[in-house]
Amino acid sequence: MKIVLEHLTKRFPSLDRKTGGFVTAVNDFSFEIPDGKLVGLLGPSGCGKSTMLNMICGLETPTEGKIYFGDDDVTKLPPENRGVGMVFQSYALYPHLTVRQNIMFPLENLKGDAKLSKEVMREKALEAAKLVQIEALMDRKPSEMSGGQQQRVAIARALVKKPRVLLLDEPLSNLDARLRLQTREEIRRIQRETAITTVFVTHDQEEAMSISDLIVVMNRGELQQIGKPQDVYDDPVNLFVAKFLGTPAINVFAGRLSGGKLWIGNEAVLEAPGSEDRDVWVGIRPEGFVLYENGPFRTKLSRIEVMGRDTSIVSTHDMCENTVVRSIISSGSQIDPDQEYVHFLLKPEKVCLFAKDTEERIYTELRNGHDKK
Amino acid sequence: MIKSSAKAWLYLLPAVLFLTAFMVYPLFDVMVYSVEEGYNFASQTYRGTGLYNYSYVLHDQYFLQAVKNTFILVIITVPLSTGIALLISLGLNSVTKFKELFQTIFFLPYVTNTLAVGLVFMILFKKTPYSEGFVNLIITALGGTSVDFIEGPYWAKMFVLCFYTVWVVLPFKILILTSALASVDDDLYKAAKVDGTGRLRIFTRITLPMISSMIFYLVITGFIGAFKAYSDVVAIFGTNLNAAGMNTIVGYVYDMLYGDSGGYPSFASAAALILFAIVLTITCINLLVSRKKVYYA
Repeated sequence: MKIVLEHLTKRFPSLDRKTGGFVTAVNDFSFEIPDGKLVGLLGPSGCGKSTMLNMICGLETPTEGKIYFGDDDVTKLPPENRGVGMVFQSYALYPHLTVRQNIMFPLENLKGDAKLSKEVMREKALEAAKLVQIEALMDRKPSEMSGGQQQRVAIARALVKKPRVLLLDEPLSNLDARLRLQTREEIRRIQRETAITTVFVTHDQEEAMSISDLIVVMNRGELQQIGKPQDVYDDPVNLFVAKFLGTPAINVFAGRLSGGKLWIGNEAVLEAPGSEDRDVWVGIRPEGFVLYENGPFRTKLSRIEVMGRDTSIVSTHDMCENTVVRSIISSGSQIDPDQEYVHFLLKPEKVCLFAKDTEERIYTELRNGHDKK
Repeated sequence: MIKSSAKAWLYLLPAVLFLTAFMVYPLFDVMVYSVEEGYNFASQTYRGTGLYNYSYVLHDQYFLQAVKNTFILVIITVPLSTGIALLISLGLNSVTKFKELFQTIFFLPYVTNTLAVGLVFMILFKKTPYSEGFVNLIITALGGTSVDFIEGPYWAKMFVLCFYTVWVVLPFKILILTSALASVDDDLYKAAKVDGTGRLRIFTRITLPMISSMIFYLVITGFIGAFKAYSDVVAIFGTNLNAAGMNTIVGYVYDMLYGDSGGYPSFASAAALILFAIVLTITCINLLVSRKKVYYA
């Protein structure tokens, strides 16, 4: 089921009684989620992504705008008539009911022609439980299960009615690190098997990048960018998106375009033929550095962290907005930890320029002036 | 191991001492009194031991009347007050405007003195040569015939007593239930809503089970409290309860000890132990029933 959001806006009355007015949680949001995709809604806390999810679900009605599932306008429909399944951050399992009763709960609500017999309900519940591999735990209470198992029950309960759209609110945030990796693969697998259009909310960019077909980056209630994870990472439209995606984070420097060259401090680090002169933010991904003895970019070495596969060079630079410059090089590289400065060559495709004032992306050709000898 | 448990006993010692002196010893003493036949207060002597005191109490018309009154009071007021408190709490939980104001109003009786509330009830219900009482004014205005609620027929007196008891115990129950309702995770309601659960079903399948432990607590303490009713009855009907036919078991015990016809600690002890047995039985039944039905977080 395709989901289309048109100019979606949600305003809440301000909690501050004295000033009154409204807080805009989601502002003029439009995008389309293709059928059968797993979509990550990504943004920092308080950016309106949960409000967004609640509107798709039907728990909140939008102040303005329309929501379509396929060709149906569902903007005014209550959740139960939309055909959505929702997994809450707290899982919201009914603690006094067993796993089986929890999964059967949505089915028991069906009325009239849709009403099911007890046997059919049990069968369907078992089917859903098998999908998330908890069929052996059907008679347990939620309190007798681990967080990961509870999560699966919540997913099974959301899937048992065969929804058109599955929504997950911060599905992994309550799990420990190891379980998180496992569970996110699990969500990917379940989504593939059922082919239900799935939207999940997260503030963890790694989580979103790793399993989504598409990611939607939000900030302060506004859509920043939508695209395949790698595309958004490689080609951020503004400084916020560039900073938000990637661990370690992108290194940001105050720089200048002048005379067809990109300058950071007093060093012309890259050629930028035909660019107009202006001040810019320069974002360099950690993997965009190449160790090079006569490289044009020089930083003051702080320490070297070797982490198996990679070596991370931590250094400082006066023009850097981050506290340290992090660069990742393959661990084969030789570097003397006692030297005072390190010299780098930059990979032009890992460097993004942003306007100093609007922080929007500046698209201009960048080239390496120094040839490796 | 021995050393650490000795330390634990040392910490417990003050509590153990006080409980022994003021709880265990009196309980034991009451048991002893209750089997001493023909106890004489003045000489502190008794004829012999046996179950005569129990037999006397169980054949005493006043005691049987007190038991009847107490049971009627318990059976009517406990379910009624719990039910009304639940309704009011649900209402309080769903209003947003003036919530604090309503909560304060509902809580006022709790901080008001029992005798003061009793006095107010007297003014509302009592017939005097000068006044019909407020409630009777309303009844006659509506075309009914006035009833003497304080010195009139039994059902009228019982009505006032039940009304009063429900009114007095409501605030505490409302307080407990509103906080129990507020502590139910909102996500559960949202999840139920997404699943298309009707309002009645949300109430019976989610709200009630989630607050069942608190309801159960209120029922148990309600039963115990109502079985021990005394001061409320005095506040409305005065101290000569046997004459009014409105005595309660605790009232009977008090009268046997200190009342005008008092001075019989043996009869009082036997009556007290009978009350103890009743309360214990009812509480055990409650516990058995609740084991299946109540959810504890």
